[in-house]
Amino acid sequence: MNWLLLLEQILNGFQLGLLLFLLAAGLTLVFGIMDMVNLAHGSLYMMGAYFCATFTGWTGSFLIGALLTLPAVFLLGVVVEVVALRTLYARDHLDQVMATFGLILFFNEATRLIWGPIGLVIPLPEFLNQTVEIIPGAPYPAFRLAIILVGFLIAGLLYVIVSRTKLGMLIRAGASNRDMIGALGINIRLLFTLVFGLGAALAGRAGLMAGPILSVEIGMGESILILTLVVIVIGGIGSIKGAFIAAILIGLIDTVGRSFLPEILDLVLPSQTAATAAPAISSMMIYLLMALVLAIKPQGLFPPKGVGR
Amino acid sequence: MSISPRLLINSALLIFLAALPFLTDWAGDSFYTGLVARILILAIAALSLNLLIGYGGMVSFGHAAYIGVGAYVVGIGAFHAFEDGIDWMLNGYIQLVIALLGSAFIALIIGAISLRTRGVYFIMITMAFSQMLYFTAVGVETYGADDGLSIYSRSDMLGLIDLNDEKSLYYLIFISLLVVLYLMHRLVGSAFGNVIRGSKSNEARMRAIGFSPYKYRLTAFVIAGAIAGYAGFLMANLNDFVSPDVMHWTRSGDLIIMILLGGMASLFGPLYGALAFLMLEEMLSSIPLTIGGLHVGEYWQLIFGPLLILIVLYARNGVDSFLPGARKNS
Repeated sequence: MNWLLLLEQILNGFQLGLLLFLLAAGLTLVFGIMDMVNLAHGSLYMMGAYFCATFTGWTGSFLIGALLTLPAVFLLGVVVEVVALRTLYARDHLDQVMATFGLILFFNEATRLIWGPIGLVIPLPEFLNQTVEIIPGAPYPAFRLAIILVGFLIAGLLYVIVSRTKLGMLIRAGASNRDMIGALGINIRLLFTLVFGLGAALAGRAGLMAGPILSVEIGMGESILILTLVVIVIGGIGSIKGAFIAAILIGLIDTVGRSFLPEILDLVLPSQTAATAAPAISSMMIYLLMALVLAIKPQGLFPPKGVGR
Repeated sequence: MSISPRLLINSALLIFLAALPFLTDWAGDSFYTGLVARILILAIAALSLNLLIGYGGMVSFGHAAYIGVGAYVVGIGAFHAFEDGIDWMLNGYIQLVIALLGSAFIALIIGAISLRTRGVYFIMITMAFSQMLYFTAVGVETYGADDGLSIYSRSDMLGLIDLNDEKSLYYLIFISLLVVLYLMHRLVGSAFGNVIRGSKSNEARMRAIGFSPYKYRLTAFVIAGAIAGYAGFLMANLNDFVSPDVMHWTRSGDLIIMILLGGMASLFGPLYGALAFLMLEEMLSSIPLTIGGLHVGEYWQLIFGPLLILIVLYARNGVDSFLPGARKNS
């Protein structure tokens, strides 16, 4: 086995996992606090990437573009919440799924109208567009490393916000008993809007970081949305800790699995069969993991307290 | 039994559908026969999903997967008959049995795991399972992967019915729709249907009077899966083509939109919904309006998306609520 390749794939796994975490954190908060299914979360991720591409084009600097993108996506999230989603909290999940499905159609088509059907490219600045030797003889792209660092930083920041600040206290209280904090005189509507905007900004952040390595195109939000749903289902809906652990787990399994499954299958199967089966099986793996987790713990690995209402 | 206005409207629709091939012959434009055939197939699938969503309260977001299983059985059969000369694989009856059993079996496995969960978890796990099948189809190079499979010869029904004749195929689809409508009518009215509906409105009470909903729900899940597999069998024959796209989660979303447009927990709802959905698509995409050099019709989803939100917010029972005799609930 090639140890350097394994190390590289593990880093890639962390990078995918942290991207997933940024998406999952926002989604799981919206689920946990507002009991709201938001399929359009992937669209906010897509908008993050498109905004960043545009702002980078205007200013000529990726960093300034990225900084401008965050408040833009936050505002977009707030607008979407106030205009479309606010009335849906009291509805059942089916209505929420359908209405946010309508939002996806709208965002995809609006993007095609504004930016055209061909994808965009986010140019990276010089210092991120090179490789770093973490250990001698193993060059690794600096930008991917930056994604990992920023991801951990945001995860830490989120942990501090949720567990140490007043806003975090309200979020936690909201997740365990919505009605009670409303009765205690907290402005729930404002809290919901803030949380939704925060979730949107996190999704936008994930989008702008994924933009340069994947590609900025219409529909980019949908494929990653499904992965994000898998993450929050495994982690337990409403749990940020669960989302973090599940995101890293999924990122590692998906990335490392895809590159090493052919070799592993080769040991047990005839090589012809292994070569054809490997791509199909490796894309199924995370779903099998989810099925396994739900078969044992239907509420996910870390169901937040107060679930079961 | 008295004849209600609603029964009259429904019957008029069915008679119109029965006469359609001759009407288009007369008008000299057979395009609409193909379009309506596609609508009817989707209506069959939506009817089966309505058993789960409308009557059972199980929001399955992966129903297109079973259509895909049925369609791929036809596609793979035709592929091997064409490439390797294995003639029995083109036999429509064998294909049909495999399509039904295959989709039922996959629904059994997916249902057995998914039905252990509730609410949002159920929506998402069914969606994830259908994506798993989608990615499996994308990953198998032999059967065309992303590009899909062209079907060079339709299922051979051994002389009983010739699927290559568009009119025969249309009537096979139409009669299948009637059978499924009748089946749903009987199923929903039966003791089994009562347990399914009872578990939706009050599960605790259902348990208290001695029914364990799980088994009944799973049975409904398998029945719905098999009917969707049948719809897939028809669809592959109509399109002469199958690709992973039929299983994509947005296709499952389309089916739910049809149910919502037509009105949930109404027998004919999914049929009206499927008609309304594809008519809207046809109409919106041919809006003859040009603003600043842009054809509005080309961006029809820009209108359809917000329209969908408005329907969800303000017209919960869809077409059904506009028909005479609509229930005044919710």
